[in-house]
Amino acid sequence: MTVALLRDIVSVLFFFGSAFFFLAGSVGLVRFPDVYSRLHALTKADNLGLGLLIIGLALRADSWMTVTKLVLIWVFVIFGSATACHLVAKAALDGGIEPWARDAG
Amino acid sequence: MPGVVELLAVAILATVALGLYRIERGPTNADRMLGSMLFGTSGIALTLVLAEIAGLRSLLDMALVFAILASITSVAFVKRAWGADDR
Repeated sequence: MTVALLRDIVSVLFFFGSAFFFLAGSVGLVRFPDVYSRLHALTKADNLGLGLLIIGLALRADSWMTVTKLVLIWVFVIFGSATACHLVAKAALDGGIEPWARDAG
Repeated sequence: MPGVVELLAVAILATVALGLYRIERGPTNADRMLGSMLFGTSGIALTLVLAEIAGLRSLLDMALVFAILASITSVAFVKRAWGADDR
């Protein structure tokens, strides 16, 4: 088994993981009951879906410059989505959106 | 393995479609913002996948700009566009 073939197989595995997390995150965005739980689903798609995609693409990259850019994109997205999720959750709580609870229906 | 990257692009497009449903339904503006945050991430992912398919390096720089803009939009939404009374 050559290194190139092995690299292809491993990157495809990462791609499947990425597709799974993207789809799971967006299904959660549709199905979950309130803003806060939807935020939880959304960050899975952000961090893991994009993260696994970037690992898979970095395995296929042909230069270190490309890998650096890919990792930089990931870092930006992780910092950005962490900040944005915190801000949205805090604003929703301050704005009076009640967290969903099973008893309240 | 040909075709796997293209399949990934289709899966990412499917997440955009599901996000559209959430934007249409609401019920609050925060939910709609979550949908557009998902669009930001899937836009970046789609750009990266297209860069791999077409072999275009410049699309990576585009994805970098998207990554920066996506975080700015959500901060701008929370700080400016979302008053407490018009949810």
